[in-house]
Order: sequence, then structure tokens, then C-alpha cells
Amino acid sequence: MVDFNVTKIREDFPILKRTVNGRPLVYMDNAATSQKPQAVIDAIAHYYAHTNANIHRGVHALSQEATEAFENARRKVQSFFNIQAPEEVIFTAGTTQGINTVAHGYRSILDPGDEIIVSEAEHHANIVPWQMLCDLVGTSLKVIPMTKDGPLDQEVYRQLLSERTKIVVVNHVSNALGTINPIKDMIDRAHKVGAIVLIDGAQSSSHIPTDLRGLDVDFYVTSAHKMCGPTGVGMLYGKKHLLEALPPYQGGGEMIKEVTFDATTYAELPHKLEAGTPNIAGVIAFGAAIDYLQNIGIAAIGRYEHELLVYATEALKAIPGLTIYGDGPDKTAVLSFNVSGVHPYDIGTLLDQMGIAVRTGHHCAQPIMDFYQIPGTIRASLAFYNTKEEIDIFINGLKRAASMLST
Amino acid sequence: MSIKAQQQDIIEEFDLFEDWMDKYEHLISLGKSLPLIDPQFKTDDYIIKGCQSKVWLHGALEDQYVVFTADSDAIITKGIVSVLIRAFSQATPQEILEANTDFIKAIGLSDHLSPTRANGLVSMIRQMKLYAMAFQTQLNA
Repeated sequence: MVDFNVTKIREDFPILKRTVNGRPLVYMDNAATSQKPQAVIDAIAHYYAHTNANIHRGVHALSQEATEAFENARRKVQSFFNIQAPEEVIFTAGTTQGINTVAHGYRSILDPGDEIIVSEAEHHANIVPWQMLCDLVGTSLKVIPMTKDGPLDQEVYRQLLSERTKIVVVNHVSNALGTINPIKDMIDRAHKVGAIVLIDGAQSSSHIPTDLRGLDVDFYVTSAHKMCGPTGVGMLYGKKHLLEALPPYQGGGEMIKEVTFDATTYAELPHKLEAGTPNIAGVIAFGAAIDYLQNIGIAAIGRYEHELLVYATEALKAIPGLTIYGDGPDKTAVLSFNVSGVHPYDIGTLLDQMGIAVRTGHHCAQPIMDFYQIPGTIRASLAFYNTKEEIDIFINGLKRAASMLST
Repeated sequence: MSIKAQQQDIIEEFDLFEDWMDKYEHLISLGKSLPLIDPQFKTDDYIIKGCQSKVWLHGALEDQYVVFTADSDAIITKGIVSVLIRAFSQATPQEILEANTDFIKAIGLSDHLSPTRANGLVSMIRQMKLYAMAFQTQLNA
């Protein structure tokens, strides 16, 4: 931790200076959304104060500047994820919209009898769109089960793969548990049977360096707001030939080449899949977030967060009656747990009184809760601006809450 | 005691607590001492689903007065349920229909009634009013 100056990093995040219920904020709900550094906040304000214009259309200076800033953000995303061509980066409203864009497009590509493989450990956003697709087309959904400590059962995955498999969808990291999936191996295996793979990177892209070209993944989705960027922005990556084959999810302006009442021809990528005026300020701020993260370095962030994870895990395990879910060897800094005999909601409520923000509930991953036969968990998800001192405050708060609830 | 007087009583009781911890400890003990709901009413027919904690609520009309019993799987929710029952139970349907929930704010628990709190309490109050409305119709019939 010598070369990781967390004190200096915390200075970049104005929200970390505030208090909640009279206590300094301890923010440990980073898997829900990350906080924003000043550079990202400034990028939004600067855009509206200096550049605001619609993009890709106007001949005037502002429109050209806005277009340049917007396309510059696309190149930043391209380089951050090691993507071959900028037109393979589609800006979306977030991970959910990215998944829906692909699932919707495959309505006209799949045939009844085709199979889609998902995992038991997905966020609802990576389950429901595929169920909707299956209902409509008559394809069937196959599920890779979880094993006790979170990892997916790779043996079953291998058995599920067949020439009927057309799409495999899996997260890089589970939002509820933090389990890291061996996606490179899973992608390679899917490709051997001719299936394409969509990876949900929402919980990994700001914690694990992601080389999309190296992974040879077909589609990848993530959200800016989990990466210190603004809400309402995300990106869908697709291999060019797959994006070209994908029918547009939404029709509108920007995405067309020519419109008559007889026929409309679509624009080239990426515009074909970016109908309407996008969240221009958001995309530009996403670019600023990527600059910010890259400046610190995702690998360094990952190493520091792992130290926090080890420290917090050890402290949690010392609390009697506490169970950590998904305590496998490969995970990001997510701690999902319960205290015996206590409802997660009660713990969350008392921690909130102490200024500590954690998430309680099923985390939009009910199949995982069903797997463990619990209604929900308490989830503390850490980021690179958290500190060991904050973990101490959290652990003490947790002990205090548990003792209040058990007496 | 009227609902208004009962609510005033609750406000005065909560005024005694100086910090949040005492207040929540009181809520927890109220939750623990909430009379048990008849098991036949602790079924899905009587459940009020929040996203996280569940509340079961049953209302009966006894001699012109509505009597509520309830339970929750989370103890703090159960404590607040107990406060709501104290405020609204043993009142006439008319009184319940006319009553407001301002006292929740006065005792510093309005957070729990905001839409972000997925604990079923907002729905519980609505359900209490629905019971009252049904009983009122019954009485007028």
C-alpha cells in the first residue's frame, strides 16, 4: 500500500467530506454506484457552461466542439478496454440498456430450439431480457449453477454447451457476492461450439483491467456510474460484424441514413445503435472518469482493494455468528454476509444511523438468495477511496448494531 | 383514548430519548413486546410486501372498534409496527379514516416512511385505512 496515496485520492471526492446523521460518511455501497471525483463533476459543468450543443449535425462551432468532445470520449473508452475500432463502442444509458439492445436484436436472429446459457449468479438485468427473448422466439434458457462459495459450476457449463447453444451470457463479477468468473476460459469454450458470448462487466470494469480484444469477447456491457462516471451512461461493445448484423433497438434521429415513407436505411455504426440525442454531457464525463481511473491505474486500484478485502474479511470472520456468502478465492472487494438471527434490514438501518452506507436486501439477484435460502444479505462493497480506518468504523458499528439487536 | 391523544402520548414518550441509540433500543424492545399475531393470519393473504422486510397485518371489528394485530420479520420494522398499532388500534373506523401520520415525523422516524425505505410501512398504513373503510361500510350497512 506504500505507493497508493488514499488520503490524496479522497481529496478528489467532495462527497466524502460530508456527514450523515451527524457522523462522517462511510460509503460502502460502491457496487450500487461509485462516488464521483471533482474532475467528473467539472466535466459535466464545463460542458453545459461552455460547449452545450447538439452533436453530429450542426455546422456551427459549438456543435463541432461538442461532437469532437463526444467522439473523443468514445476513443477513450476504446483505448481503456482495448477495443479495435471506435465504431465498436456504442454509448447506451447503462448496462441494462446494453443487454436489452443485444437481446432485442437477437429476436430476429435466433430460431426456436436454439439455446441461451445464463448463470445462476446474474443480476436480474442479465436474466429478464433473455427470458423475454426466449418467450418470444421459443429459444430455451439453460442455467449454469453456482457452487457453495460463489464460483459457477464449470463442469455443468461444459455439459450445457452444445451446437444448439447460440449465446452465453455471464457476468465478469457477481454484484451480490463479488465472485470473479473465469471469463476467458468460458468465452473460449463457447466459441468452440460456435456460440457468441456477452459479458456483463458492470461490477468489474473499475476493479479489474479489461482487455476486450484479448478476451475475444463478442459483446460486453458496462455502466459509467460504477466507474466514477455519471449515471445514465454506459457502453455496449460488440465485434463489428455482430453489431452490423444487429437490428436497431430503437428507431429515431441520428440512426438513419435516409428516411422516406417507403423505406428507411440505417446509418453506419455506431450511429445505427445510438438513436436520438444521447446524454452528451454524460458521455464526455464518462471520458473524464476513464482519464481519472487510468491515471491511478486499474491494476493499482485492484491491488489496493484486495488489501482492503483481506483486512475486512478477517475482521468480519472474527464476529461470532457471522456468515460471509461467496467467500471464494477469486473475488473483488465485496462482502455479502448475515448475522445469525438478525434481519439484514435491521443491521442496515442501524448502520445508517452511524453514517455507514451499506446495501441490504437481495441485490437484484434473487436466484443467488434462493441458492443460499436467505431473504437477503448485508453487502459492504469497497472502492479504492475506502480506508482501513473506515473498515474499523464499519466493524465497530456492525458489532454495536448486532449487540443492540440480539439483547 | 382517541387517536390524537394516543399519538400525543407516543410523541411525549419518544421525546425522552436524547440520542438515536436510545430511540432505536426502545423501538427494538417495542418490537420484541408486540403481542403475537394469530398464526392463522401470518400467511400470504395478510402479508404486506416491502422489498426487504415483510409485514403481516390483520384487522377485526370488535364492538365498533377496529383491533389490529401484526408482525414483521425485521425487529425495527416490528417496533414501528407496534407504534402504528398503538396509534390506530382500538379506534373507530371513522377516526382511523380521518387520522394522519404526522406523529411519525414528530418522533423522528419519517425516514422509515419515505418511498426509499422498502419495509412495507407505507403500505401498512394504507392497508389499515382500507380495513377501516371496509368496516365503516359494514357499520353503515
